[in-house]
Amino acid sequence: MSDVPANALAPISARRRHTDQVMRAVLLIVTLLALVPLVLVILRLLTSGLKAISWDFFTTDPSGNFLGNPGGIKSAILGTIEMIAVAALITIPIGIGVALYLVEYGKQGRFAATVRYFVDVLTGVPSIVFGLFVYVALVVGNVGGSGFAAWKGALAIALLMLPIVTRSAEVVLLLVPDGLREAALALGAPRWKVVTRVVLPTAAPGLVTGSLLAIARGAGETAPLLFTAAIVQGTSFNLNARMNSLPAQIFADVGQAQDRLVARAWGAALTLVTMILILNIVARLVARRSRST
Amino acid sequence: MTEPESTEHETPVQDDTIRKEDPPVSAEPEPARSSAEPRSLAGAVTPAKEKPEQTGHTVTLKSVDAYYGEQRAVRDVDIEYAANRVTAMIGPSGCGKSTLVRCINRMHEEIPGARCEGHVLLDGANIYGSGVDVTAVRRAIGMVFQKPNPFPTMSIYDNVAAGVRLTGRKDVKLDERVEQSLRGAGLWDEVKDRLGRPGIGLSGGQQQRLCIARTIANEPEVIIMDEPCSALDPIATLKVEDLIHELKRRYTIIIVTHNMQQAARVADTTAFMLMGELVEHAETQKIFTNPDDPRTEEYVTGKFG
Amino acid sequence: MEAGALTTRDDLAAARLAGSSRGRLADPAFKWFLTILAVLILAIIVFFFVFLINKASPAISKFGLFGFTFGAEWNVSKSVYGAWPLLVGTLITSAVALVIGVPIALGAALYITELCPARLRAPLTMLLELLAAVPSVVYGLWGVFFLIPKLRPAEQWFADTFSFLPFVGGSVAGPNYFIAGLILAIMILPIVSAISREVISTVPAELKEGALALGATRWEMIRLAVLPYSRAGIAGAIMLGLGRAVGETIAVTLVIGNAPQIGKQIFDQGYTLAAVIANEFGEAANNKLHSAALIAAGLVLFVLTLLINAIARYIVVRGNRMRDIPPPEEELTMPTTGPLIGGPVMQ
Repeated sequence: MSDVPANALAPISARRRHTDQVMRAVLLIVTLLALVPLVLVILRLLTSGLKAISWDFFTTDPSGNFLGNPGGIKSAILGTIEMIAVAALITIPIGIGVALYLVEYGKQGRFAATVRYFVDVLTGVPSIVFGLFVYVALVVGNVGGSGFAAWKGALAIALLMLPIVTRSAEVVLLLVPDGLREAALALGAPRWKVVTRVVLPTAAPGLVTGSLLAIARGAGETAPLLFTAAIVQGTSFNLNARMNSLPAQIFADVGQAQDRLVARAWGAALTLVTMILILNIVARLVARRSRST
Repeated sequence: MTEPESTEHETPVQDDTIRKEDPPVSAEPEPARSSAEPRSLAGAVTPAKEKPEQTGHTVTLKSVDAYYGEQRAVRDVDIEYAANRVTAMIGPSGCGKSTLVRCINRMHEEIPGARCEGHVLLDGANIYGSGVDVTAVRRAIGMVFQKPNPFPTMSIYDNVAAGVRLTGRKDVKLDERVEQSLRGAGLWDEVKDRLGRPGIGLSGGQQQRLCIARTIANEPEVIIMDEPCSALDPIATLKVEDLIHELKRRYTIIIVTHNMQQAARVADTTAFMLMGELVEHAETQKIFTNPDDPRTEEYVTGKFG
Repeated sequence: MEAGALTTRDDLAAARLAGSSRGRLADPAFKWFLTILAVLILAIIVFFFVFLINKASPAISKFGLFGFTFGAEWNVSKSVYGAWPLLVGTLITSAVALVIGVPIALGAALYITELCPARLRAPLTMLLELLAAVPSVVYGLWGVFFLIPKLRPAEQWFADTFSFLPFVGGSVAGPNYFIAGLILAIMILPIVSAISREVISTVPAELKEGALALGATRWEMIRLAVLPYSRAGIAGAIMLGLGRAVGETIAVTLVIGNAPQIGKQIFDQGYTLAAVIANEFGEAANNKLHSAALIAAGLVLFVLTLLINAIARYIVVRGNRMRDIPPPEEELTMPTTGPLIGGPVMQ
């Protein structure tokens, strides 16, 4: 019984099959290609960076010597931690607050749409423009009794982190099911309690993840610090004076044609990338843990 | 089967609570009450510890319209929900029954652009009056939703206590209240050993009864249930329906349902809505066997909807 | 009697509903607090412009807005400041970044969403996002000490072999436009591929199944169903990548050579708007005109990124609008949570 025409189930044309296979291969190769730089960078970081790492590396300040012992990166590490902590303290509450406004009170309405638009605008601003802004607004006029100062650098980084925190917080808050807000309202809770006692706790893991990722981004930024906190050798806890930071230290060292300084740059780079990776991993763990509950 | 022990002292506790609240905003010349004079239904002074059924709460709607922006979803509804009775709201999808009941606990206005017009009276007081705090309305008129929505970050205990905590009542003994409410919802035996576990760890039917416990922990006067069994399996549904029979001894219940058999099982009176209008409201028996309006008859006999 | 009793009852009912006065203040106060924060954001942006324009005015008034932006020479020693070489450098490096980066990002996005085995999806995605975790100064460091020396022979070979092509030929400078563009390409990979992935994964299953049911091969399905549907979103992703490339400072300034001229070849040294600011700021501190010129360059950069982002948004919104099917009529309840606003969270 072969009424079925012979070519009904014939395989597709060789040309089509060929194209399909070629394109599949191309896409696979391209994906691997995308990962090549990552592998190369990490390898180089490890090979060149580990060489510079030592206990002294982390516990001595840069000495400022051009020849001889260049010193370690202690002030850079501490400076980064200090400034990023201040930046986070400024930007995370404000960012989450703005996101709360947009989600809980401003779902419609032109003001909220305008704010949302401007947050979007801020996301696209190059990081150096943030530094420039703080420079002309605060450094030039010696606001606060200082020219370059750590708090000004922290402020520039806070501005840079703000749209990131706001955007991610908004996404997370929108994911809180409306049924929960309804349930709390129906129990007779005032809106501010609905927000603080129900919405925020439910959104908390996502907010933490978003904040950690924003911090990781802020920790790696150099340009905003160039003319706000500038650079200095010694460790300091004075927020109203210049402060060192890992990105600034690396940037300064790269430009030097001195082997030991370059080696220190690699060590500092490895340290910085490790810190950022740890933040990323913690952020992902928080996200995964909340998703599984 | 629901818990046999339903606490009888709910109403007097309510009396005490009223006395502790701030003095009334209205400027009635007549003294509203002294601390020793309890409320009563028809004016006669009755002793404080009277049977709950006689001090039930009525909800009366007069010429109620509900709008979404310019679109009128509920038109000119007059209805009275009798005290300690279960009234079912039935009708096809989109007829406005959910919208209407959300006007009763003032949840409708939470939707941007939505509003209610007309009078909604709880025991004679207009809940839309000036000087009325909307959160107090919602405390007095509780709501159970179609999809069980226990707070995911809270334990069973905290979920039940949530209403009390959110409305800022500090004087309530939480442990007692939580136990009473869980018993009242028929859930106590099933969860009494794991009050600290997360509320979302329960089955669907248990979660819904948890939400009911949460609602009654707030000591409302009226309970609105918006299709409370839609998301539940038949056995859980039966448990909730049994619960409703118990609950009506203490509360006035309004239940929205698209399931006519359920209305027939639980409701004393049934109201049929169609395209935003109240078509007929009568004893359940009558609605399903001998309705006055032909549209009602078409709906209940399954001709449409 | 009845009336009086009802009044009593009414009063009690009204009393129950009156609530506490303290409670009624908290809600508006909270809302106003949050509103003020939102106003802060608007104020910041306005301040940005005001301050920057103010400080840039010495340069702008000297050369004129047009004269500065399109002035052909940037010469510090002669106190002549024209941003055209910088603009060109910015555009060249960004163009190289897009030409190299977009196909790779898009290809990776397609592979991950459509072709790769399900269990590889998460690890691959994570690896791509790790590219974004590397700070730009580290990319710059790597560019200077690894990429430039390693690629120089290849670049020279390319310049010699293909010298008939425009912009190719001559001797290869160490740091140059191409290297800068290449590093930028690597840096925009994560953002372009993340957004593309997001867009591609929202293609409705019915469309894809329809193509497959016609007997299309996997690649044909991608070509027929996925790519046309995602066109607008991918265009938006590309624009956002462009915006990122235009604004990138540190990595570029380390590998482009910072030469204030328009190079003739792709392997010449050059300059960009962002790089000039980072590079010359130290020496400009005491020179009022110089610093004003740098700030003006920053303004040009700012406006450029604003334009690019606005175009990106416009493309995406218009593309979405053309695709949208109106939602079915149904009984309204509380508004449901809407789609993710603004796309995925970028790191």
